[in-house]
Amino acid sequence: METGSSPFLHPQYEALSRPEIEALQLERLHDTLLQCMKSPFYRKRFAESGISPQDIRTLDDIVKIPFTTKQDLRDHYPFGLCTVGLDRVVRLHSSSGTTGKPTVILHTRKDLDQWADAVARCLYMTGLRPGDIFQNTSGYGMFTGGLGFQYGAERLGLLTVPAAAGNTRRQIKFIMDFGTTAIHAIPSYAGRLYEVMEEMGIDPRRDTRLKTLVIGAEPHSEEQRRRIEQMLGVKAYNSFGMSEMCGPGVAFECREQNGMHIWEDYYIVEIVDPVTLEPVPEGEVGELVLTTINREAMPLLRYRTRDLTRILPGECPCGRHHRRLDRMKGRSDDMMILKGVNIFPIQIETVLMQFPELGNEYLITLTNEDANDMMTVEVELKEFHDDYQRLQSLTREITRQLKDEILVTPQVRLVPKGSIPVTDGKAVRVKDLRKTLI
Amino acid sequence: MTVHQISVFVENKSGTLVKVLDLFKEAGIQLIATTISDTADYGIFRIICSEPLRAKSVLDRAGVSSSLADVFAVTLENYPGTAADAISSLSQAGIGISYLYSFMLSGKGILIFRTDAPEKTAGVITAHGMSTLDDDSLLSLV
Repeated sequence: METGSSPFLHPQYEALSRPEIEALQLERLHDTLLQCMKSPFYRKRFAESGISPQDIRTLDDIVKIPFTTKQDLRDHYPFGLCTVGLDRVVRLHSSSGTTGKPTVILHTRKDLDQWADAVARCLYMTGLRPGDIFQNTSGYGMFTGGLGFQYGAERLGLLTVPAAAGNTRRQIKFIMDFGTTAIHAIPSYAGRLYEVMEEMGIDPRRDTRLKTLVIGAEPHSEEQRRRIEQMLGVKAYNSFGMSEMCGPGVAFECREQNGMHIWEDYYIVEIVDPVTLEPVPEGEVGELVLTTINREAMPLLRYRTRDLTRILPGECPCGRHHRRLDRMKGRSDDMMILKGVNIFPIQIETVLMQFPELGNEYLITLTNEDANDMMTVEVELKEFHDDYQRLQSLTREITRQLKDEILVTPQVRLVPKGSIPVTDGKAVRVKDLRKTLI
Repeated sequence: MTVHQISVFVENKSGTLVKVLDLFKEAGIQLIATTISDTADYGIFRIICSEPLRAKSVLDRAGVSSSLADVFAVTLENYPGTAADAISSLSQAGIGISYLYSFMLSGKGILIFRTDAPEKTAGVITAHGMSTLDDDSLLSLV
C-alpha cells in the first residue's frame, strides 16, 4: 500500500463531493434494503409497516423506514437480525448486558475487512503512518475497541501493540521500551497514565516518543482534551464508535480537531429529536440515528444510538465532505432529571474543567431526602494549599458556576487526589442513590 | 523565626492517616508534632518533622496531596501566662491567627501558628524580643 504524503488513505471515498457521496449512499441503501429482506426480523418489520424496499426511491424516503432500537436487538438475541447463513459469519461481538439482556453483532469476512479499512482510514487521517508504534489500551475480547483498533492499525501498517487494559506501570514500560508514538485510551485513563508517569518520575514530553492520542468511548469536554494534550505532550483526536456499528471507526477527527468526520460511505446519518423522533433543524442537537450501508451479516436500518450530538455546520478545511459530528453531548439515557431539570454530566464536567485548581476526576451523586433531590459533586483538587479561606472561596465559586449552568445548586466537595475511584475501564461519573418514593 | 510545616489534604476515611504515616516511617523521617483539623468539608493533617523538604518529595512521589509552608515557631518559658502574653501582643497589633498548636520539647513550650499578616507578625515577634526557632534549632531540641 502506498502511504506517502497523500492526505487521504482512500481518495476514492474520502475525496467525494456531496452529490457523489449521496449517489453512493442511495445505491448502497438499495443494496442494504434487499439484504435486510433476508433477515426474519426486517422482513416482518417491513410487512407490518406496509412498506417494501421499492418504496425507498430517494435518500429522503428513508424516514418511511421504522427505527431499529437496542430493544429490537435484545428481543431478537442472538441471531434474529442475521441476513446470511451462520456458515458465512466469522466473528461475533457482544455487549456486556449490564443494563439488560446482551446484544450481539455479527460479521462476515467482508464486514471485518471493511471495518479494518474504516479504522485504518481514521488513523491515517490523524497523521499516523507505517513506522508509527501504536499501543492499544482497550480491553480485548468482546469489547470492540480491542480487536477493532488492532486490525485497523495493522491494516494501515502500524506496529501495533495489543497492550490491552490495565496494569498502568506495564503500559508505561511498553511506552518507554518500544518507543510508542501513538496510544488509544479513554480520556480518564490517559489522565491516569500521566499521574503514574509523574509518580515514576517520567516526563512524557521529554522521556517518551508519544505524539498522538486517540480518545473516545467516554464523554469528555474540550477543556479536558486540551489538558490531556498538555500533560502528555500529544495531539489528541476524538474517536466515535459503538459496538452496534462495528465498534471504533464510525467517526473520527481529522487534523483540524474540530468535529469528527462520519464516514458517509458507511453510514446514513440522521439527527432526530429524541422525544418526537422528527428530524431536528440543521445544526441542532438531537439523537444520532445511523443506517449501515456497507455491512453484510447484520445491517441496521435507522438505528437509534441514544447518543446526543449535532452536525457541525460548514465545510472542513481538510477537504473531506463527509460531515462532522460534534463531540457527544451525552446519551439520551444518561440524562439526569433533578428537581425537574434535565442535566447531562458533560455540562458539569465542562464547568469543572475551567478551574485549573481541579484535577480530572469527579463524581456526581444524587440522593433524595424528604422527596428533595440533592446533587453532590465531589471533585479532586489538583494542587492543595493549606489555606482554608482559599478552599472555601474555590468551593463557593464552583458551586456558583455550576448553578449558572445546570440551574440547580449542588453540594460541592473538594477531595484529595486519588480519592475518587478510577477503574481501568470507564470511569463512573454518576451515582444515583435516589430511592423511589411512593 | 519560621519552620517548615507540611499540610496533607486528607480524606475523612479510615486508613488515610496510616498511609501518610507509613510513608514517613519508610523514609525514616521523624515526626516532631502533628495536628489534625477537621471541618465539615476538609481534613487537614499538619506535620512538623525532621526533614520537611525530603518529606514533601516523598509525599509527592506517592501522589499524596500536600503543601509545604512556613509557619511561625515561638518558644515560651515553662510557667503560666507566657502563651497569653505572646498571643495578646499579636492580637493588640490587629493580627488574626488562622491556626495554632503547641507542644513541649526538652522542657520548652513551643507555639506553632500561622497568621493573616506574616510580615507584621514578624515585626511584632522581633519588637517583643520573643524567642523563636528555625528548622535547625528545632531539630536540635529533639
